[in-house]
Amino acid sequence: MSSKIFSKLLVLMAVFALLATACGNDDDADTQTTGADSTATAMAESTPMADATPMAESTPMAESTPMADATPMAEEMDDEVVAGFVYVGPVGDAGWTWAHDQGRRYVETSTGAVTRFVQSVPEEGPDFRSTVVDLIENENADVVFATSFGYMDTMEELSGVYPNVVFEHASGYKKNDTNFGNYFGRMYQPRYLSGMAAGALTEANQIGYVAAFPIPEVIRGINAFTLGAQRVNPDVEVHVTWTFTWFDPAVEGDSASALLEAGADVIAMHQDSTAPGLAAESAGARWVSYNSDMSAFAPDAFITAPVWNWGPYYERVIDAVRDGSYTPGAYWGGMADGIVDLAPLAADVPADVVAEIEEVRAEIEDGSWDVFTGEITDQDGNVQVAAGEVMDDGAMLGMEFFVEGVVGSIG
Amino acid sequence: MSEAAVIGLFVATVQFATLVYLAALGELIAERAGVLNLGVEGMMAMGAVSGFMVGLETGSPWAAFVVAAAVGALVGGFHALISVVLGADQVVSGLALTIGGVGLAAYVGRNVGGRIPETKFTDMSIIGLSEIRWFGDIFFNQPPVVYLAVLLGAGSWFVLARTRLGLALRAVGESAPTTDAVGHSVVGLRVAAVMVGGGLAGAAGSFLSLYMAPGWTEGMVAGRGWIAVALVIFGAWKPGRLAAGALLFGFTLALQPRLQSFDINFLGLQVNQISPALLGMLPFLLTVAVLVVISWRYRHGPSPAPASLGIAYRREER
Repeated sequence: MSSKIFSKLLVLMAVFALLATACGNDDDADTQTTGADSTATAMAESTPMADATPMAESTPMAESTPMADATPMAEEMDDEVVAGFVYVGPVGDAGWTWAHDQGRRYVETSTGAVTRFVQSVPEEGPDFRSTVVDLIENENADVVFATSFGYMDTMEELSGVYPNVVFEHASGYKKNDTNFGNYFGRMYQPRYLSGMAAGALTEANQIGYVAAFPIPEVIRGINAFTLGAQRVNPDVEVHVTWTFTWFDPAVEGDSASALLEAGADVIAMHQDSTAPGLAAESAGARWVSYNSDMSAFAPDAFITAPVWNWGPYYERVIDAVRDGSYTPGAYWGGMADGIVDLAPLAADVPADVVAEIEEVRAEIEDGSWDVFTGEITDQDGNVQVAAGEVMDDGAMLGMEFFVEGVVGSIG
Repeated sequence: MSEAAVIGLFVATVQFATLVYLAALGELIAERAGVLNLGVEGMMAMGAVSGFMVGLETGSPWAAFVVAAAVGALVGGFHALISVVLGADQVVSGLALTIGGVGLAAYVGRNVGGRIPETKFTDMSIIGLSEIRWFGDIFFNQPPVVYLAVLLGAGSWFVLARTRLGLALRAVGESAPTTDAVGHSVVGLRVAAVMVGGGLAGAAGSFLSLYMAPGWTEGMVAGRGWIAVALVIFGAWKPGRLAAGALLFGFTLALQPRLQSFDINFLGLQVNQISPALLGMLPFLLTVAVLVVISWRYRHGPSPAPASLGIAYRREER
């Protein structure tokens, strides 16, 4: 046998050995998967993918009845709900995925459910599909939480294939009437409050906003933040820089530096890294982080953060799955539900502003007021929400204008 | 646009350039010896995570930097073993190295992901030179890794162009059988070149996790390893041109956020009102433009690529 073939085999073996070490060493109950596996899966499946997909579709369909029987059987033994979580990033990102994983840990103790998670599953390619199928068929998941927008269409498809499993999708908009729902939080509410704190602390009246992608979710956050800052400081300007990244610390940190050099003295952000905060800290500026309380990363810069708290929602769904009362919905919870919140404020936020933030929080939580209440004008001075009117959810979810006071372009 | 903002633009240019230059210089050395290593991304990831972890343990950025370089060399040695010693396909082995390296880095760093950094490189002023207006702020008030990258670039040029070792390295990249016939060890030279290249990629990774974006999170290398591979072609396999390419690339990266925040009116056009999506295309447009210019320059005559690049050598096999 030619040594060329032999050495090619050796390469493959070495790669699989690496992968084996990467997955084989986990003694806790969690199904941990790293990027290596998923990338390798993508690679390995790239050629046969074309025929693999229809096959995978037809086989489970045909077997869906026996399988549906198998799941309750397995459950009779331990009677616990098995919840599978699929994350787009690593649980160590201190941001989006970390926050979801805190929710998973929360339900593990609060509901006693068995949880499984798979991290760093790309939105593109076949990995997500096979991950969910594996969670259902091999881990007996009764409910699957998928936590990135790009998973939506596959979730919809699989919800038809496995009618006895509950599919819950974060940040999407599709659902059905039996087993597929979506959920998200009104992050704009704590963003507004964080804007109030930032507006009180900027001395340059110029805040830099390191923004991810020009989509309604991000635009809504920028507008809410700006309106909050203007409430306590009418002269404030919010300068927006788009990075076109969700996670690229080098670019996000540098974008914060660029905004600081251009005159901003407070940085807000919408990505999953801590890099903008480190840039603010070393420039002696201030920082509003996102996703979680990141005060430890930049203790002097940190002001506060709009944060996710997914645990209570996950608990509700798992309880409903356990007692059979689950019905899918399009959940968009606010501060009143606890799914979004504001991290503790820095000590130097002025007392009157702290008091005002608490007042506004109370108004938001009891429903007597919400952020996008008129009059709101856009960058060009057009009235977008008339005085006294409140923007409806549909308009909020499709928001594509910047409010007056934002400097930047949506493109 | 303030002075601080313009200086900031060029400071960031130099730092982004340093990050990709270190990795690309390593790739250049390996390729000049005839070994294509597509595993740069994986070696950088391993360097980034090991550097960050050593920084956590020791609190010394230099210890972290050295370990990261050693780890990069070791990972590069894996590629050398497979593709040089065993003569396997370099593309396959390099891709495997990227996949395996990125995955292994995620695994090794699974308990330190998102940890608060204990140490990082700090800026170092060069006495005298850093006082020069503009120039001093941009070039002589940088972290030590930047100066080191300049020295390594100059040193690589010198070794490749002016020493017998460099001649042998270049010869093995142009024609391995001839070099073998002359009595040099093809395997020895190539393994050494690939490992040195890996060391530089590992060092570049630690510059990322110890200065550019202190910390470790899976995926933080974010494709810079592939930029490094592309830059070698861009730089026509010459350390000097490679530096120019790295600076150009760094400039486009640094320009993108700043064009959005600068209040510049260019020919009646308000720059920060240009669609940010179009600004985001700038690095790619510039890359295409430069590649067109380069291929135009080499339209006659031989390609600047080493003639044996990517070809495994086995004695008496044709």
